[in-house]
Amino acid sequence: MIEIKNVSKSFGDKEILKNISAVMNTGMTNLIIGTSGSGKTVLQKCMVGLFEVDSGDIVFDGKDLTTMSEEERKELRQQIGMLFQGSALFDSMTVEENVKFPLDMFTKWPTAKKMERVNDVLERVNLKGTNKKYPSEISGGMKKRVGIARAIVLKPKYLFCDEPNSGLDPQTSMVIDKLIHEITKENEMTTVINTHDMNSVMEIGENILYLYHGKKEWEGTNKDIIFNKNEKLNEFIFASEFLKDAKDMRMLEEKGIIDNDRNMDKIMREGGANLVITDDDKKE
Amino acid sequence: MNVFSSIGGYLLMMKAMFSKPENFKMYWKELMHQSVEIGMGSLGIVAVISIFMGAVSAVQTAYQLTSPMLPKETIAQVVRDTVILEFAPTLVCIVLAGVVGSKIAGELGNMRVSEQIDALEIMGINTKSYLVAPKILGALITIPLLVILAMVLGIYGGRLAGTLGGILPGETYDRGLLMNFVPKNVWFAMAKAYTFAFIISSVSSYYGYNVKGGALEIGRASTTAVITSCILILFADYVLAFLIL
Repeated sequence: MIEIKNVSKSFGDKEILKNISAVMNTGMTNLIIGTSGSGKTVLQKCMVGLFEVDSGDIVFDGKDLTTMSEEERKELRQQIGMLFQGSALFDSMTVEENVKFPLDMFTKWPTAKKMERVNDVLERVNLKGTNKKYPSEISGGMKKRVGIARAIVLKPKYLFCDEPNSGLDPQTSMVIDKLIHEITKENEMTTVINTHDMNSVMEIGENILYLYHGKKEWEGTNKDIIFNKNEKLNEFIFASEFLKDAKDMRMLEEKGIIDNDRNMDKIMREGGANLVITDDDKKE
Repeated sequence: MNVFSSIGGYLLMMKAMFSKPENFKMYWKELMHQSVEIGMGSLGIVAVISIFMGAVSAVQTAYQLTSPMLPKETIAQVVRDTVILEFAPTLVCIVLAGVVGSKIAGELGNMRVSEQIDALEIMGINTKSYLVAPKILGALITIPLLVILAMVLGIYGGRLAGTLGGILPGETYDRGLLMNFVPKNVWFAMAKAYTFAFIISSVSSYYGYNVKGGALEIGRASTTAVITSCILILFADYVLAFLIL
């Protein structure tokens, strides 16, 4: 479990994070959502210690990161895996060498044991047989999966993912989301994901923290989010006209006014903004 | 203010480099990799420059020595001393500031921009000692060796130009090389080589490591690294000449 207690962070005069408190639960995919510039990445970088907080505490299972010595931080970081937005794979190394790197650096295992572990994690992320390829020779989705494999190779207790779906098509995004979710459950990790992808929110958002201009605006689960009453969050999640219409339709359907299946065709044909509910559209 | 904060940042980076390696074997591997990259990567350009600078030096010295009273061996002596004292250490290191300096700044800048340095930090690795120290040590090992090679090839280039151009016979050139030889000059050149190697690698590492932004900033950092290294090399050249000679 990671507890964020009253964390604030500024760069110069600009206040990026304003007194944020939240809890990231173990064995769950914890999502930090918000528009670009809302402070998601800064909060995550504060959590892993890449940025120092101005005030507040970040507590990893009872140990406060902000008061740790450099040696204690080093130890903690060996229990942290991170998937970066651009994957951050080492260009000069093959897929296998990238994944093996943390094992080479932090274990004294024999080569055979290291290779066994590397092959296991590569198989887990469905990348069997890509060992000798360089990052420049694989697709964006594969790079993300190599990034995940490298992040989990040391069996970390905490996994951080910064916009794991950026630059990926919806289908591949879903594969990555599911993979992160499954790995979290299998290894009982505390996973923290930064995203503004609503598909991810609905698929794997077991605990969601919504940031707005550096402030915690809302907290809940994917089940709560659709029915939330927070205006700013609704602006964010129903940013597209289509989703707004879908939400209106869902309400009308819930009230028994319309039949959703029939109206979906009409929306696709005429566009949601111009939808006029006629008597024909109403439920019989 | 900017200059002072740069100097402060540079000194802090140097200090942070000295820490216990997480895994000595991996650091050794990186040191060997960097030594090969810096040394072998610059071998060709150093060889070409050295031969031609020796050759040009021989031809121009012969052109200026018009008096029949001066023995032909003087040409070899002038070539030897200019190559050892100035051309091999200073000129070659200025070229290396471009070749090696831009490579180091570009490599580290790219790692910074693509978050590879952050990835290493997250793993709990001291990136300053893992990424910067092997580059500086690699440069300290290979650049003086390149300077020695430049001395040999420069002097040989002078002999080649002298004999092929009919300026002086090879035996006369060889005899001239042995006349009035001052071994201190070689030690002086080596002191310069080590100093310049440190300047090139550490300054370029500093600018590359601290890149902020994107591809454009990587280019800017490389250019700044090369310019700063060249200025510092020339300044250090003067200081060393003043102190040692």
